[in-house]
Amino acid sequence: MITPTLEVYILLSALLFAIGFFGVLLRRNTLVIFMGLELMLVAATLALVAFSRYNGTSDGNVFVFFILTVAAAEVAVGLAIIVALFRKRQTIQVDELNALKK
Amino acid sequence: MGSFLFNFFALLTVICAVGTVVNKNAVNAAMCFLLALVGVSGLFVLLDAYLLAFVLLLVYAGAVVALFLFIVMLLDAQGGPRRPFKPVTIAASTISLALLAMGVLTIYERSHLTAAPATPAGPTLKEYAYQLFSTYLLPVQIVGFLLLIAMLGVIVLAKKHEGLEDIK
Repeated sequence: MITPTLEVYILLSALLFAIGFFGVLLRRNTLVIFMGLELMLVAATLALVAFSRYNGTSDGNVFVFFILTVAAAEVAVGLAIIVALFRKRQTIQVDELNALKK
Repeated sequence: MGSFLFNFFALLTVICAVGTVVNKNAVNAAMCFLLALVGVSGLFVLLDAYLLAFVLLLVYAGAVVALFLFIVMLLDAQGGPRRPFKPVTIAASTISLALLAMGVLTIYERSHLTAAPATPAGPTLKEYAYQLFSTYLLPVQIVGFLLLIAMLGVIVLAKKHEGLEDIK
């Protein structure tokens, strides 16, 4: 079933990671930054599954299970923090959240 | 056939990921993120990781994106006018773009990753279960504890604290 080589998968994973990374770096909305973080996690997941498939082991796939669990916990806590922040400051734009800078 | 499916899912993933990052509207970004996850899940199926594809759709596309949409609707945070980037941001993105390009080039130049797939099929559910409850038993316990902590943390964070003064 799998015709592309491992390199193609790794390249795709790197590309996805780069897209998520630039989302984190260049966007101002905290929610979109968070989505960029999730994209980076998914890119790492894709690389793990590809490596695991091409090496004939299932350890990479088991790792992906743990990554999914931690990502779910991370999303829950992160969104709760964003909601608490919005309640306190009425904004989620990172430019205006600079209380620790002053 | 497999090559066509790979190209289709790869293109879907990349285009939707770009859409997630560049979309001004947060709801549209979340929808693009959902489609990108569907693409990644299709790639998992091509890699014979059927269970993981299912779990990815269930956990990410089902729970995480729904939570994102819920928060976007709740906060109604569309943001103001787009301001120009600071010089520091531009410098950081240029340097990181160069570093990423160097990394990808190094993968292409130096690595010999073109090994043929070893086993004819991916791991079965039984293999996952066996590994999770033998080799990775301690991580499973730790992750369960982490989920408990996250749940408690979310409850504490979502509660209203009357006595706390504003940090302005």
